[in-house]
Amino acid sequence: MCSYIVGKARLVGSAKGEGGWRRIDTAHVYYDHPFHAPLEHALGIDFIGERDGAQERIAVELSAESARELVRTILAALEMGEAEHGAHGGPH
Amino acid sequence: MAYRSMVAETVRFHGHNGEEGEAYYARPADPGRYAGVVLIHHMPGWDEWTMEATRKLAHHGFATIAPHLFFREGPGSPDDLAAKARAKGGVPDDQVMGDVAGAMAFLRARPEASGKVAVMGFCSGGRHAYLAACRLAGVDALVDCWGGRVVVDDPKDLTPARPVAPIDLTEGIKCPVLGLFGNDDQNPSPDHVNRTEATLKRLGKSYEFHRYDGAGHAFFAAYRPNYRVEQAVDGWNKVLAFLAKHLGAPQPAPKR
Repeated sequence: MCSYIVGKARLVGSAKGEGGWRRIDTAHVYYDHPFHAPLEHALGIDFIGERDGAQERIAVELSAESARELVRTILAALEMGEAEHGAHGGPH
Repeated sequence: MAYRSMVAETVRFHGHNGEEGEAYYARPADPGRYAGVVLIHHMPGWDEWTMEATRKLAHHGFATIAPHLFFREGPGSPDDLAAKARAKGGVPDDQVMGDVAGAMAFLRARPEASGKVAVMGFCSGGRHAYLAACRLAGVDALVDCWGGRVVVDDPKDLTPARPVAPIDLTEGIKCPVLGLFGNDDQNPSPDHVNRTEATLKRLGKSYEFHRYDGAGHAFFAAYRPNYRVEQAVDGWNKVLAFLAKHLGAPQPAPKR
């Protein structure tokens, strides 16, 4: 965990953690030594709500290969879903 | 000699700019004079393993303080505070040096202090320990366990928080140095370790470096797949022998 390299993605959405659902607007993404996953390096994502003070994060640590698998699955789900429902992210 | 009875507790200390934060302090319970160690935690934070390492040093007769470098991030679990610090680009070197100096002052003010103090760190803490030996007065020994980014190749890695490569300050080291490294580590890489050693040698510093085959980064961490039992046992033995040699043996008061 020596690199200090953090990518930042702006998000619109919600996430559920220990305290229930909350609004999130930012993801911090990094590849470094994990805290919990039994791996030498892991892809970490912290989902936080900066506008709401970013007091808590919802975090995941993934192996490099499983992170790539997740990316592929997200893109495939978006492609299928948007074909079915149209490319609208807004409220119904 | 083992000091099975110890006092281990959370204490308050004054760090950079006199700001008050938490630290973990462990020392033999028996009255006596004990050398001190400032143990600088790794980037994952002021975690359970840091406490274990602090108690291990106390078990062997060193009064050891592990300052919480992320205390300014507020209350929370160590990993959450580490995430906050990381998102800000890591803690600034000047702030860490102030915190380490404060932890050294805490140790020297204790009634059980022998007066000798080492700095020791793991991972990013190894780099901080190296930097402390370069910049701070009163460091009697340095233990750098796989500190990465002591050598900086890409100028873009120098930031306002970390403006200088520690290797460029090596002239300031006035104490003996122990370095432990895994040959499979990429940060620091074997090339970086070689260049650090070459600099210490060129400047006539007292040092001993130990490189371990079959080990990568953080091979002391018994809770991670990086753990290498044989190398870790040998490494801890080298740490304890080095500290005893350069700080002096513990001096427990005679039993009545």
